[in-house]
Amino acid sequence: MDTDAITRPLEAVPTTAVKTVDYKARGFHLEVSVSPQHLRDVVTVLDRTGFFIETITGVDWLGEKAALRKEAEAAAAAKAKAAAAKAAKAAEEASAEVSTEESPAPKAEKAPAPVAAPEAPKQPEVPQTDDLEAVYDFNRYDTLFRVAVRVRVPRDTPEIPTISEIYPAAHWHEREARDFFGFTFAGHPYMVPLLLPEDADFHPLRKDFTA
Amino acid sequence: MFFIDAELIRLLAFVLGVIGFVALNAAYLVWLERKEAGHIQRRIGPKEVGPFGLLQPLADALKLMTKNLITPDGVDPILFKIAPILVMVPAIMSFVTLPFSDTLVARNLDVGLLAVFAFASINVLGLLLGAWGSRNKYAVISAARVVSQNVAYEIPMLVIIVTLVMITGTLNLHEIVTLQTGGFWHWNVLKFSASPLMPVAFIIFFICMLAETNRAPFDMAEAESELVAGAFTEYPGMGFGVFFMGEYANIVVGTSLATILFLGGWDCPLGLFPGVHWFLIKMYALIFVVIWIRWTYPRTTFYGLLNLSWKILIPVAFFNLILTSAMLKVF
Amino acid sequence: MNAFAPNPTNETFVLNLGPQHPATHGVLRIKLVMDGEYVVEAEPVLGYIHRMHEKMGENRTWAQFMPNTGRMDYLHALAYNHNFACIVERAAGIEVPERAEFIRVITSELNRISSHLLWFGAFILDLGGFSPLLYAFDDREQILDLLETVTGSRLTYCYFRFGGVYNDIDENFEAGARAFVARMRERMPMYHALVTKNIILMKRLTDIGHVPAEMCRKYGATGPVARGAGIDFDVRKHEPFSIYPRFDFDIPVYHEADSMARYMVRMDEIEQSLRIIEQALGAMPEGPVMAEKVPKTLKPPKGDYYHAVETARGSFGIRAVSDGTNTPWRLKLRTPSYSNLIVFGEAARGMLLPDALALLGSLDLVIPEIDR
Repeated sequence: MDTDAITRPLEAVPTTAVKTVDYKARGFHLEVSVSPQHLRDVVTVLDRTGFFIETITGVDWLGEKAALRKEAEAAAAAKAKAAAAKAAKAAEEASAEVSTEESPAPKAEKAPAPVAAPEAPKQPEVPQTDDLEAVYDFNRYDTLFRVAVRVRVPRDTPEIPTISEIYPAAHWHEREARDFFGFTFAGHPYMVPLLLPEDADFHPLRKDFTA
Repeated sequence: MFFIDAELIRLLAFVLGVIGFVALNAAYLVWLERKEAGHIQRRIGPKEVGPFGLLQPLADALKLMTKNLITPDGVDPILFKIAPILVMVPAIMSFVTLPFSDTLVARNLDVGLLAVFAFASINVLGLLLGAWGSRNKYAVISAARVVSQNVAYEIPMLVIIVTLVMITGTLNLHEIVTLQTGGFWHWNVLKFSASPLMPVAFIIFFICMLAETNRAPFDMAEAESELVAGAFTEYPGMGFGVFFMGEYANIVVGTSLATILFLGGWDCPLGLFPGVHWFLIKMYALIFVVIWIRWTYPRTTFYGLLNLSWKILIPVAFFNLILTSAMLKVF
Repeated sequence: MNAFAPNPTNETFVLNLGPQHPATHGVLRIKLVMDGEYVVEAEPVLGYIHRMHEKMGENRTWAQFMPNTGRMDYLHALAYNHNFACIVERAAGIEVPERAEFIRVITSELNRISSHLLWFGAFILDLGGFSPLLYAFDDREQILDLLETVTGSRLTYCYFRFGGVYNDIDENFEAGARAFVARMRERMPMYHALVTKNIILMKRLTDIGHVPAEMCRKYGATGPVARGAGIDFDVRKHEPFSIYPRFDFDIPVYHEADSMARYMVRMDEIEQSLRIIEQALGAMPEGPVMAEKVPKTLKPPKGDYYHAVETARGSFGIRAVSDGTNTPWRLKLRTPSYSNLIVFGEAARGMLLPDALALLGSLDLVIPEIDR
C-alpha cells in the first residue's frame, strides 16, 4: 500500500492531522486526528479507497488535562508532597466546580476510583473539561494497512456525526459506543441501547462510573 | 353373557388388543428410536432403567403423566384439549381394518383401504386445531406447513393407491394380501406384469408415508431448530405425550399399510409358514428404515419438500398410473 | 429463493426468535418481522449475557486479565489468549522463546479445529441432521483431552503467559497430536461423504444466504464469512503474527458467497490447520518456554497499541491504551462474531425462515463473544 495515496486525500480534509506510526511497535500504520465536523469527510475518503471498518470505540481521558498540567508545573520529585498538601483544597474546589459544570455528579464521584484512574486525584484543580475520544479503526482486505481515526470531543457535550450511512456497521458500533461512553451520534437513525438494558442511563466505560 | 353376540365379544377383544398394541408400540418405538439413534451416533442409548433401558418408556410415560396439565392463558381450551385426541383416535381406528394375518383382523371391511385413508387424514386436522388453538406463532407456522405438506403428499399417495386398486380390483385389504400370497415374486412391489414401475411406486408411497407422518427429512411440523417444537410448543405433560403416541401410531399405520399393499402382508417371502410374524417382521423392518433415515438426513426446506411432491412425485405417479392402465388393457 | 415473496400481503407479524431458541446457540434474540414465512426485517437484540470484560480489564492488572480472554470465545479461547499475550508483548517489548511460539501455534491450531468441529456439528443440527454432531464431538473430544494435559482445562483456557506459555508440552502430547492429525485426515473424507455430498444439504446451502464481498467490507465481516465471499483475508497471512509465516499453508477462498461457500471454507481450514500442526511438530525446537526477563509487575509504556489474530470466526483485535501503570487504561476488544452478526440484518432480508436460520448458522456465532 502506497502511504502517500491515502495520506494525500486525507490531508486535504480540513482540520486533519495525519501521522505515520511505527507499525512494529504499535500495530497500526496511520493515525488521523480530525475534528468532529470533518469526520465524515475522512471516513468517506477511507470508504472510497476501499477500507473496511473494524470497530468504533471510545477512550475516556478523564484526568488527562490535570496530568498534563501537573507535568508542566511540578517536578517529579515534589509530586508526593504537593499532592498531600492539596488534598483538603481539592475537596473545596470540587464543590465549587459542581455549580459551574454541566454534569456535576460524575465529577464528584470520580475521586473514589483511584485504581481505574491513577491521575484522578489531581483533577479538581483544573477547570477545563477533559476529553472523550472516539477511535475508528479501519483496515484493508488486500494489503496490510491499518488506520486509526481519532475524534476528540469534550466530556460534557460529546457530539459526533454518525457515519452509519457510509458504513452500515457503524449502526451497531455507534450504539455500543453510546451505551458505554455516552457519545451522541448526531443523525443516527436508531439510537437505542444495544448491549445495555433499554432503560440504562449510565455509561459504564466512563472512568467516573462506579457500579 | 348369553345375550351378547359372540361377534361383539370378538370385536371388543380386538379393539382392546389394538389399543394395547398401539400403546405398546408407541412406547417401545421411542425406545427403539433412541437405541437405534444411539448406535448410529456411536453411543449406547438408554441403558439405565431396566435391562437395555427397556423400562425407559414406562419411566418416561410415568413422568409425563405426573406432570401438571397446564392450559396456557389465551388458548382456546376446547381445541387445545381435543387436538391430541384427534390425532390419537383415528390412528387406533385405522387398525380395525388392518389384517395382521389371515385370521387376525378386527373387522374386514370391503372398503378397508378407503377407511384407513379417511382416518389418516383426520390426523392433520388434529395438528391444525392444536396448533391454532394454542395461539403460538411457531405453532401456527407449523400448522400451515403441515396442512400444505399433507395436501401435497396425499395426491401422489392416492394416485399410487388408485394404481394398486386397478391392479388388484378391490379395496378390501384382506383380499389385497391374499392376491399376493405365495412368495415374494407375487408381491405388488415386484408385480412387473402390471407395471415395470412398481418398485418406484413403492418408493413414492414410502416417501409420501414419511411426509404424511411428519418424519424426517420431512418433519416440517416440529422442525425444532426453526419452530422450537412446532405445533406442540405449548403442550405440557401428557398433552404432548398423546401427540407423540399419535405420531408413532401413525408410523405403525403407515408401515403396516406399506407392508399390506406392497410387501404381501403376512406372506412369507418363500411361500412357507405365512403368519402374523411375517407381518410384524416386515413392518418393523420398515420402521427401522424410517428411523434410520431420520438420523441420517438433514431436514429439507419447506419449498424443497413441496417441489419434490409437485414436480417429481406427482408426475411420476401419474405416469405410473397411465402405464399401468395401458398395460392392464393390453395384457 | 433469496427474494421477497412476489406479492407481499402487507400483513406482517413479529416473531421473537430467542433469547431461548434452539437455533441461536446461546442467549441471542432476533426480532423478525415476518410476512408469512418470509423475513421482512431482522433485528438482532443483544446484551443478555454481557459481562463488560472491557471494564473488568480496566480494574485489574495486565496479567490478571488473561483468564478473561478465554471467556469470550469459549470455542477458540487460545486465540484470544494469544492475542492478549501478543499485544502486551508488543507493548512491553517482550521476546518470546521459539519453543513457546511453536507450542502456541500447535495448541491454538488444535483449538481452531475443535472450534470448527463443534460448529460443523451444530450447523448440521440447525439443518436438522442430528448424527454429525456426535461424530464431530467424538473427534473434538480427542483435542480436548490433548489440550487438557498441557493446559489443565478443557474449554476456557488460560494457558499463554506474557513471554511464553505456562507449561511445556511432553512427548505424550506430541505423540497424541501426531495421532490426532492422522486420525483427522482419515475422518475428513468420511465427513465429506456423509455430510457435504448429501443432496439435501447441498440443496439447502447452495445459492442461499448471500453475503457478497462488498457487504463484507461495509460491515467489517472477517474470517470464513469474508473468505466465503472471495476475499483473501486471513490475519495469519495478511498481518503475520507469531511464527505463522514459517509454515506452508493455504487460505481457502470460495467465491460463491453463499452458505455452502462458508461451509467449505471451514471444512478446508480444518485440513490446513492439520498441515500447520504437522509442520510445527516436525520443526519443534528445544529450549525454554518462558522468556527470562519478564517483570513481575508489568508496566507497558504509555501509548496505544493494536494487535489482531485470526480466530476461528475471523479477525479478533485488541486496542489497548496504556497509561504507563500496571493496569490498562482502556482495552477495546474487537470480536469477529459481532461484526459478522451485523451482516445478518441485511443478508436475511427477504429470505424464508429456514434459510435465514441456515444463514445464521453459517455465520458461526459465539454469543459470549458478541456480548463480551
